[in-house]
Amino acid sequence: MTISTLGKLRRGQSGMIVSVKTLETRLLEIGFLEGSHVEIVHEAPWGKDPIVVRVRGALIALRRQEADLVEVEIQS
Amino acid sequence: MTTIALAGNPNCGKTVLFNMLTGSRQKVGNYPGVTVEKKEGPAKCPSGRTVNILDLPGTCSLNARTPDEEITRKVLLGQQKDVPIPDALIAVVDATNLERNLGLVLELRELGLPMVLAVNMMDLADRRGLELDLKELSRKLGVPVVPSVAVKKKGISEILAKIEELLASEKQCRPAALAEPTAEKVRARFAEVDAILRAATHKRSRPTEWTDRIDRIVLHPVWGTLLLIVVLSLMFQAIFSWANMPQDWIKAGISRLAAAVGQLLGEGPLKSLITNGVIAGVGAVLVFLPQILLLFLFILFLEDSGYMARAAFLMDKLMGKVGLHGRAFIPLLSSHACAIPGIMATRTIENRRDRLTTILVAPLTTCSARLPVYTLLISAFIPNRVLFGPIRLQGIVMFGLYAAGLISALIMAMVFRATLLKGKKPPLLLELPTYKWPSFRSILLGLWERCSLFLHRAGTVILTLSVILWFLVSYPKPPANLPTDPAHPPISYSFAGKIGQTLEPLVRPLGFDWRIAVALIPGFAAREVMISALGTVYAVEGDHSQTNANEEGATEALAYKLAKSWSLATALSLLVWYILACQCLSTLAVTRRETNSWRWPALMLGYMTALAYAGSFLTFHFASWLGWG
Repeated sequence: MTISTLGKLRRGQSGMIVSVKTLETRLLEIGFLEGSHVEIVHEAPWGKDPIVVRVRGALIALRRQEADLVEVEIQS
Repeated sequence: MTTIALAGNPNCGKTVLFNMLTGSRQKVGNYPGVTVEKKEGPAKCPSGRTVNILDLPGTCSLNARTPDEEITRKVLLGQQKDVPIPDALIAVVDATNLERNLGLVLELRELGLPMVLAVNMMDLADRRGLELDLKELSRKLGVPVVPSVAVKKKGISEILAKIEELLASEKQCRPAALAEPTAEKVRARFAEVDAILRAATHKRSRPTEWTDRIDRIVLHPVWGTLLLIVVLSLMFQAIFSWANMPQDWIKAGISRLAAAVGQLLGEGPLKSLITNGVIAGVGAVLVFLPQILLLFLFILFLEDSGYMARAAFLMDKLMGKVGLHGRAFIPLLSSHACAIPGIMATRTIENRRDRLTTILVAPLTTCSARLPVYTLLISAFIPNRVLFGPIRLQGIVMFGLYAAGLISALIMAMVFRATLLKGKKPPLLLELPTYKWPSFRSILLGLWERCSLFLHRAGTVILTLSVILWFLVSYPKPPANLPTDPAHPPISYSFAGKIGQTLEPLVRPLGFDWRIAVALIPGFAAREVMISALGTVYAVEGDHSQTNANEEGATEALAYKLAKSWSLATALSLLVWYILACQCLSTLAVTRRETNSWRWPALMLGYMTALAYAGSFLTFHFASWLGWG
């Protein structure tokens, strides 16, 4: 079991959200809730940033900087 | 009249539902003091009663962050000036995305207004195997639930019937004040959504495989980038060449109209006012209509199909380098056709600072109105020498002018983001909607909306200013029976001529004489008008308002004349002036409309003029130093 932040994950990796730091309500509202499953499905060209994440049945594009506020337990 | 507000997440099909409820009888305006669009229209209930439907901007929560969301919140709480508290609400959710859409419904429920829930896109949800117990959903939520397929007009009358029932039974109530949403409340809300969905869904919908399949190409680092380039070039191509033919028709129609009206009126100041002032001025704006329609056809299609959010994702890194949002690239690209639709397209940028930066730099990109002027000056001053292979010097100069426009726009964006519009880069956080075929009707309505907004808003301002300019150029008349004297064309006696002579000391450091100054005055209304103004000033033979053949002949004659009268340094200086100067009243008028303040158009005019002055000054002196004076 490894704890990391969402912004550090590579394409294809997934995990379970452990906690959400600042920007809390903003990230929570868009679906980054503790206990939810997240998966990185796409990385943008040019530096692999921003990323597209699947969470609660939706695809969310966000920059790694913001994704780093989400702490995840890596599953694969 | 009874007002029913329509609220929902972005991408839930709310706009399509609104279009189906109201048809084409909708009114589009602005909320006072902000640039947020206010869309409303009448809908006929089954009993024959008419209610007013107000389409609120899409929002994920009532915890407002953008000006749009702020409006939604204020209207629902009855805090928006000039908008009555809605008598009832239609909450719209995407049936395939209940997990995240229901959160807003729970928030809306807290308001205590009578509410109907429209579970939209039921057909897509069915196809994806969703088995939803609508009765149970209604019982858990405590509000009536109606399934709908807005694009197929299903469920519309049922929604209105339910609204009527509610209006008849429930007494009106003021919305409750909303408590500040805390992270805890958001968590609790989502927990409730999960609980409701557990009880009401028998079978969850499968994830859309085809959206994933399309995304594997569209968001692929290589194929996705290539596809984006193809889409953009297609769009550019469309605006550039497909729009030409209808534009020529409009031009021809306008000159025919001017000729016909001219014959009807007979010689005199009234004829001159109508043909040279009103028809020519409004015509100069009308000519841009095909480009605007084509551009918005593309934008609406890309937006409604779900591609736009992906394009913003792909471009975010590049645009971010100059401090712009990923979404800013569409307006900047569009501005290469015309800054007016470009500025109108900035509406998709949520952050105010990002949007203002994009609006301010958009007119620096090379719009099609600069093209005739570039063509004239290049053909007059740049030898058509072959550099290598098919590459000629004239082509390279033209390309350089385009590049200079784009580069100056990007540099100025960086400058604005570092100074006046400084601020933290707003987070991207963008939901990528599932792909869907846009509704034909919605696109048509959207086009109609853009088109009438453009004509109405830019048209009124342009009409007034064209008449003023016409007056300045036409009066006072030269003394009667004056022999034709190339040194003193009729225009030199007019107010514009006088202004040009007064301005001469000011523009002399740029290598311009009073004739260029005079031509710049009408050229300020619209860039390409400078050509006919130069024709007037240099008294070139040929009637400019007549046929195309004549026009081309006159342009050649003008190029020859200019090549004889100007130095290369002057020509280059004028080219730089044309890259940088803000000579477009329509752009300023649209900026005024879109920002709802005179401050931004004033800043735009100010900084661009300063930039143009400095650029032309340096160019002229550098070129003179090279011996091109």
